[in-house]
Amino acid sequence: MYFRPNSLQAALDVLADTRATILAGGTDVFPALGDRPLSGPVLDISGLSEIRGIHSTTEHIVFGARTTWGELLAAPLPRGFDGLKAAAREVGSVQIQNAATIAGNLCNASPAADGVAALLALDAELVLSSRNASRTLPLTEFILGSRKTARRPDELLTAIRAPRRIENAHSTFLKLGARRYLVISIVMAAANLVVDSAGVIREALICVGSCSAAALRLTELERALAGQTAGPGLHKIVKPEHLVRLSPIDDVRATAEYRRDAALTLVRRAVEASAQKAAA
Amino acid sequence: MRAEIKSEAAAQIHLSLNGEVREVRSDPRSRLSQVLREEFHLVGTKVGCDAGDCGACTVLVNGQPVCSCLTAVGQLAGATIETIEGLRESSPTFDRLQRSFLQHGAAQCGICTPGMLVSAVALFEENASPDEAQVMDALGGVLCRCTGYRKIIRAVLNANQPHPESKTTTTDGAVGQRVARLDGRKKVLGQDIFGADEWPEDSLLLRVVRSPHHRAEFAFGDLEAYRQAHPGIHGIFTARDVPGKNCFGVIPQFSDQPVFAEREARFLGEAIAAVVGDSAAISALDLSQFPISWKPLQAITHPEEALKPGASAVHASRPDNILVGGRVACGDVDAALRAADVSVEAEYETGFIEHAYIEPEAGFARRVGDRIEIQACTQAPYNDLKDIAVILGIPESSVRIIPTAVGGGFGSKLDLSLQPFLAVAAWHLRKPVRMVYSRPESIRSTTKRHPSKIVCRAGATSEGKLVAMDFSADFNTGAYASWGPTVAARVPIHASGPYKVPHFRAVTRAVHTYLVPAGAFRGFGVPQGTIAQEQLYDALAEKVSMDKLEFRWLNALDGGSPTVTGQIIGGGVGIRACFEALRPRWQQARQEAAVFNAASRNSFRRGVGVAGMWYGCGNTSLPNPSTMRVGLKRDGRIALHQGAVDIGQGSATVVTQICAEALGAPLEKFDLLSGDTDITPDCGKTSASRQTFVSGKAAYLAGEQLKKKILKITGGCDCAKIHFLEGCLTIEDAGKTKSFDLRQLPLDERGYVVSAEATFDPATSPLNNDGQGIPYAVYGFGAHLAELEVDTELGTIKVLKITAAHDVGRAINPTLVEGQIEGGAAQGLGMALMEEFFPGKGENLHDYLIPTIGDMPPVETILIEDPSSAGPFGAKGVGEQALIPTAPAILNALYDAAGVRIRKLPATPDKVRAAILAKSAGNSADSGNSHA
Repeated sequence: MYFRPNSLQAALDVLADTRATILAGGTDVFPALGDRPLSGPVLDISGLSEIRGIHSTTEHIVFGARTTWGELLAAPLPRGFDGLKAAAREVGSVQIQNAATIAGNLCNASPAADGVAALLALDAELVLSSRNASRTLPLTEFILGSRKTARRPDELLTAIRAPRRIENAHSTFLKLGARRYLVISIVMAAANLVVDSAGVIREALICVGSCSAAALRLTELERALAGQTAGPGLHKIVKPEHLVRLSPIDDVRATAEYRRDAALTLVRRAVEASAQKAAA
Repeated sequence: MRAEIKSEAAAQIHLSLNGEVREVRSDPRSRLSQVLREEFHLVGTKVGCDAGDCGACTVLVNGQPVCSCLTAVGQLAGATIETIEGLRESSPTFDRLQRSFLQHGAAQCGICTPGMLVSAVALFEENASPDEAQVMDALGGVLCRCTGYRKIIRAVLNANQPHPESKTTTTDGAVGQRVARLDGRKKVLGQDIFGADEWPEDSLLLRVVRSPHHRAEFAFGDLEAYRQAHPGIHGIFTARDVPGKNCFGVIPQFSDQPVFAEREARFLGEAIAAVVGDSAAISALDLSQFPISWKPLQAITHPEEALKPGASAVHASRPDNILVGGRVACGDVDAALRAADVSVEAEYETGFIEHAYIEPEAGFARRVGDRIEIQACTQAPYNDLKDIAVILGIPESSVRIIPTAVGGGFGSKLDLSLQPFLAVAAWHLRKPVRMVYSRPESIRSTTKRHPSKIVCRAGATSEGKLVAMDFSADFNTGAYASWGPTVAARVPIHASGPYKVPHFRAVTRAVHTYLVPAGAFRGFGVPQGTIAQEQLYDALAEKVSMDKLEFRWLNALDGGSPTVTGQIIGGGVGIRACFEALRPRWQQARQEAAVFNAASRNSFRRGVGVAGMWYGCGNTSLPNPSTMRVGLKRDGRIALHQGAVDIGQGSATVVTQICAEALGAPLEKFDLLSGDTDITPDCGKTSASRQTFVSGKAAYLAGEQLKKKILKITGGCDCAKIHFLEGCLTIEDAGKTKSFDLRQLPLDERGYVVSAEATFDPATSPLNNDGQGIPYAVYGFGAHLAELEVDTELGTIKVLKITAAHDVGRAINPTLVEGQIEGGAAQGLGMALMEEFFPGKGENLHDYLIPTIGDMPPVETILIEDPSSAGPFGAKGVGEQALIPTAPAILNALYDAAGVRIRKLPATPDKVRAAILAKSAGNSADSGNSHA
């Protein structure tokens, strides 16, 4: 069966009644099939205009779940989202960015998801809706591990929102892969620095991806950075012990040892780049 | 409103396809790519991976490029879809782009071309004058394995320049001209027919059940019950259904590979059975439920284990697991090394490398009476024919092979892949049977580049004269022979590099393991050997404190000195000229790198590296003939039966240029009849860089003969000029012109007014036990210079420029030669920096990485033309030559930049960083063992 509702309520009804495969951009659903056809009930949410597009409220910048990375790139967003945009440019290729949705990237919950690290550094929270209810969950609590999320089978991720207190952060996202374009990250780092008019860091949001089952905020480092003056040389604050909670693995892309080492370099560079933007 | 589209329900999805509203009958869950190709027969959209990794299937949905393999057709109700078929009819932007692609040589095999062009159209809709970075961003999602991308970038950047009708005509002197490839137009219009693009309407679909284990015994369950439980299956075929011999192989005396394994599978991915039936039923099957029980067995995967006494034999007939060895020796290497002023020694390793052509194997077979016809992508139609006759137990005359356009081959499509399955099924079922490999299936089951472990030692005088080299290499040849014997034979001959080495010994072994067969891949093992030899010579040059380019120049081979097989090549040894051509850039680049490094206050370091190569064209000391037939038709046109399979390299164009020049006819008078074994004589395999040289020479001889015959018939003297006109010839002789009407003349036994057929087989001699003799009639020479930047904190490498000098004897078509060099350099870059296949892991194009458009630096090609006496107009091969020096040049540049040697390839960021850390900790600056 193939459901293609044009209202959110209808989509939630389908999910309440059927354990359907949710199809948005298709960029994770199809590759997972190998050479087998897509089978079983499918809920195609690509007709839902309600959960597409970007808007702001007094508290949040809100991304409809179905917003593609390409749409995000084309949207005028405050500078705090520069890192997220940099991540969007690293999602696969133009072809993938035109189809893949923000929600899909989060629900697929790959440890190497480009969007997750950037959104964690925006302190993003998610809105999950089901037929009779909706709830809000911080992104940190949504991704439970590699390919595991807190989404219940009857829930649809409908919106991703970032608090506006971060919108003027100085923002950097760095991705390391073994080639340019179409590449799965070996390591990535995001650094958002909220800086006051005196140049003092009020809040630092630092995140590393591809080095643990889910991308990880480096809270110890964030605390160490808060209160510092943002400017050249800030990378010196970053110490190996700030990264001890990372748990990288060996795979075809790189060794765990390398990931840990490269993560330190990327975090330093991301922190430094954001600090230099703040000082500019 | 809840809208439900039942899978079974038809006629609910309407979309605008290339400007027309169309109704979709396929299941809404179907991939758009499949619907376009199967339901609408729009086969210009190619499928390379079904995973969004290659971009070949790019189409525009509401004006935006997307991968049609990742889009369900049900998602597109009301959407506007444009494919290459629509764009070529209606888009002026497309028209400019396709002309530019043709003119710039931006399409080689043409399988990625539709995806490239559609992506470029989308770019121009947004940005009328993009810069290079924007072109890269826009095309970064489309992989190309042939071109090295640079001509694609140029074609897009220049698309807005006026493009006159591309040059395909020349009155005189076709040789040396930058003629647009003769099969190019259909490629840039998405009209070329590849393996998956044509099938009889009533074809059944075939899928193969494969071993999930490296090595396992197996037993079938109740196949008949399985068949009955799955309506739509017409037949299940296993080893017992092979009518002839269940055995094939590219080198007959080593044939050892079964069509379907019997009792024991010897590699992960080996075929066990084929299931054939109605398309929908077969594609929906979950083959993991096929009734078969497995008993996994201990599998040897490394040559070291395979060579241990008592190791289980992969083939009972080869109890020591050594398929074959190779050896070349001259002088007294041990004494010379002892006496050498300086010597260096090191060990090098490379892994399996996947060809990663964008076209997975595909084709169909049908039985026509008591003959079998197979239309599929192949590099070796006559080899296929011979093996299929054996497999079916029928005479060779009962087999017809119709090669399609080949979407990249690089050696792997020399071997049979799906042809035996198709042939066996079509033979029994008497219905056409088709198949397209999935990407994982293609990677899992077809041949790879041989992993190598090489130990070598070389010595020189303190003045930098090479005196001796001792080289030994073990190649992991996998479960079956394939081209293992060729690799074992070729490597020792080439292991000296293009240098004078008076005392030399090279010993190789091809060793069986329970892994995917390693076979032919651009260079037959020579690239692996050169990675070792050129890095070692670099170290030797350093040890005698010599400039690394001058060290190579000093020792370079010349026509009067013997090679390590004792051959004195005579003319056409252009290696010194290659180094001389690189010298100005070498000196300048080294200076620039030194200035950069002195000024650098961060972790970036630049370096420059050089490496040379030589490579014999054609089979090693074996017969290697090509036969060309050319005939004059009554309409005044010329038919060229040109069986040299064009896998994108351009042989169809080059061979025709040669024939045209020999005959003195304009190119546009030629009609090409290609490949079909029923109508075209054997031109041998497209391998060993032999088509320009061997088939080209046959085309030259055939053209020359035809000219003589025409002049004899018309009574012209040898110097008379023939004009080929509509239905007649005019002969211009000593100022007089005579005209001959062709329409009334009788036809010869081949169906032409006059025809000629010529065979060329290059002169070689057998090699003795020390490998002494004349293995090849002609060698190509070259040297590459790589400039790069290393981020020493991350171990990442960005190659900034490659300068490539190649002695090609005569560049028949400089654009096509550059295309080979740029494409070879891209594969060499991949080999150096990112490519390694681990059997059983990452059988896709996002774990197995090949360079994208963003990884390829500019390539400056310098063509040296030191003619060979044997080749047509002096031409030599360049296809494999182009890849060989790139990787060692990059690795030497890495050493120059960061002081580390990566001896176990590829030089991925983790390995480079580890080597840098080890060096700064005061340990060995090497990854891998070194006794330097």
